[in-house]
Amino acid sequence: MGKKLLMKGNEALAEAAIRAGVKGYFGYPITPQSELLEYMATNLDARGGVFLQAESEVAAINMVYGASGTGTRVMTSTSSPGFSLMQEGISYMACAELPCLLVNVVRGGPGLGTIQPSQGDYFQAVKGGGHGDYKLIVLAPNSVQEMADLVYLGFDLADKYRIPTLILSDGALGQMMESVEFPEYNVEEHLVDHSSWTTIGRENGREQHYITSLHLLSEKMEEINIHLQDKYKIIQKNETRFESIQTEDADILIVAFGLSSRSSQKALELAREQGLKVGMLRPITLFPFPTDEIKHLAQIVKGILVVEMNAGQMVEDVHLSVGNNIPIDFYGRMGGMIPQPDEIVEKIKDLSKQVKI
Amino acid sequence: METTREGIVCNNLDQMDVVFERTKVLHDTPTSYCPGCGHSVAHRLIMEVIDELGILENTIGVAPVGCSVFAYHFMNVDMQQAAHGRATAVATGIKRVLPDKIVFTYQGDGDLAAIGTAETIHTINRGEKIVIIFINNGIYGMTGGQMAPTTLEGDVTSTTPQGRNTLIQGHAIKITEMAAIMDGAYYVTRQAVNSAIAVRKCKKAIKQAFQNQIDGKNGTNFVEIVSNCPSGWKMTPIEANRKIDEEVIKYYPLGDLKTPPKGA
Ligand SMILES: Cc1ncc(C[n+]2csc(CCOP(=O)(O)OP(=O)(O)O)c2C)c(N)n1
Ligand code: SF4
Repeated sequence: MGKKLLMKGNEALAEAAIRAGVKGYFGYPITPQSELLEYMATNLDARGGVFLQAESEVAAINMVYGASGTGTRVMTSTSSPGFSLMQEGISYMACAELPCLLVNVVRGGPGLGTIQPSQGDYFQAVKGGGHGDYKLIVLAPNSVQEMADLVYLGFDLADKYRIPTLILSDGALGQMMESVEFPEYNVEEHLVDHSSWTTIGRENGREQHYITSLHLLSEKMEEINIHLQDKYKIIQKNETRFESIQTEDADILIVAFGLSSRSSQKALELAREQGLKVGMLRPITLFPFPTDEIKHLAQIVKGILVVEMNAGQMVEDVHLSVGNNIPIDFYGRMGGMIPQPDEIVEKIKDLSKQVKI
Repeated sequence: METTREGIVCNNLDQMDVVFERTKVLHDTPTSYCPGCGHSVAHRLIMEVIDELGILENTIGVAPVGCSVFAYHFMNVDMQQAAHGRATAVATGIKRVLPDKIVFTYQGDGDLAAIGTAETIHTINRGEKIVIIFINNGIYGMTGGQMAPTTLEGDVTSTTPQGRNTLIQGHAIKITEMAAIMDGAYYVTRQAVNSAIAVRKCKKAIKQAFQNQIDGKNGTNFVEIVSNCPSGWKMTPIEANRKIDEEVIKYYPLGDLKTPPKGA
């Protein structure tokens, strides 16, 4: 570990990406992620990479596509409306199995919405987002430290599985300042040999490589789909990450990710002070979702409260994990509002009464 | 040599001089193009140029959606298939991280001058050091003959059944002229492939464009090729090629639109 620095989330993420060996960054300005773009503009070229401000998010993601096809570590970052514009390109990358790091510093929507933080893009992030059956690996930081840590993991997983990996952050995590330490990371040790498929010219007369997502024969296209689904199953099995907080003796389980897990953790402390046994499960990977762990905890606790900054999106995945075995309640704020700890405590109390604790 | 019903049969091949050989940079396979389609000729010219310039080992091509979406099955170079309209963005990504490689795009008019207009303009405006090959056949070939941004006034397509009316559908776009006025453009030319002479000139222009990139010239090399679409135009290849001479190049005159100043 290096020394502790005080940084904005967006800047910590950008610095981590440079330390993780990113060689190409293509992006377009949008609040609340612009610091990330600006950090890259200021630092990346001097540290051995290429920064380019694209003419749109559509162009940016396609630049990422091209650069990724050469086996280079590349990334882009944006916020919600820009992420919508990137979906076609991301779908192409998922099918062509091109690794890259994507960052969505989510703001409140729909539409142009607000620049305040939100988790309203959960469905878009974990259910595909663009056309066709595909998934991204989705990582959800809840601190400036994790804004950095998950970058290294994100690049490594992207390379390992040849998959676009998304960091789903939000406007508050991007803007807030906290202390951060950058871990030791030797880029060379982490780079994967992609030379069997990259398009860099037919060196030494080797056979042609091409990158495509077009397979007109249905039989072939189904084969590609089966291959992708098999890959997602392996990812589901091997890469699920979560944090459990005081779940051992919990009667009520909060499930929350990202920024809303911070308010929820505070609520957990307040509730415990009032004698309520509350625990929390925080998914760090949203895909793969910690289904097994939630299913397991559902056998121990009496009720589940899902807290999100949206109208109730991850709660559907909790339902899918648990079924109707125990009550599942939801508390959400929208449009850039952040759920407050005392509001969550009230919800915990309501649920406690309902399950007769 | 004897003449049979199958044509001319040569019995003593080894005594003849080879005057033409198919370049190995083309895959030895039939293309998916309709008979008489200009795409085939354009493919051959580009591959011959890559062969002659000896750049096969460091060239990467990008072909987006359009009739030439399977270009990688015909062009035996490393290639990326791009989303509709995004070829120059993809090429930018490649060239920026691998500036020493030779990168080219191969795009139809719908791709380059409609859905991909922003990418086209900004790629040239940045002066990306790539070659853009722009196949202008005045129609959407792949999707079955709809109006393209380059469809001439009055021309009938499946989405202009009464003929293109400029008051309603606007004008045939002159994107190559737009390219030529941009500071980022290094070499801009309009060629055709509808006659032997045109093909020879076109090849020379393509070679120039690639040579500029090899020499690291500062800016984008843009080669428009006025082509045909016999199927979409509902003409025989001969009629289609005649239309190019009689109508298309009146509106889209051939020749260089921007050449670098001497010594540049
Ligand atoms: C986003 C998107 N919109 C529409 C299409 C359908 N589409 C495929 S090719 C094409 C037009 C191709 O015309 P052009 O670029 O002129 O090439 P040509 O086929 O004439 O060679 C269209 C509209 C698509 N593939 N993707
Ligand atoms: S549809 Fe037109 S452009 Fe496409 S291959 Fe046939 S003739 Fe060529």
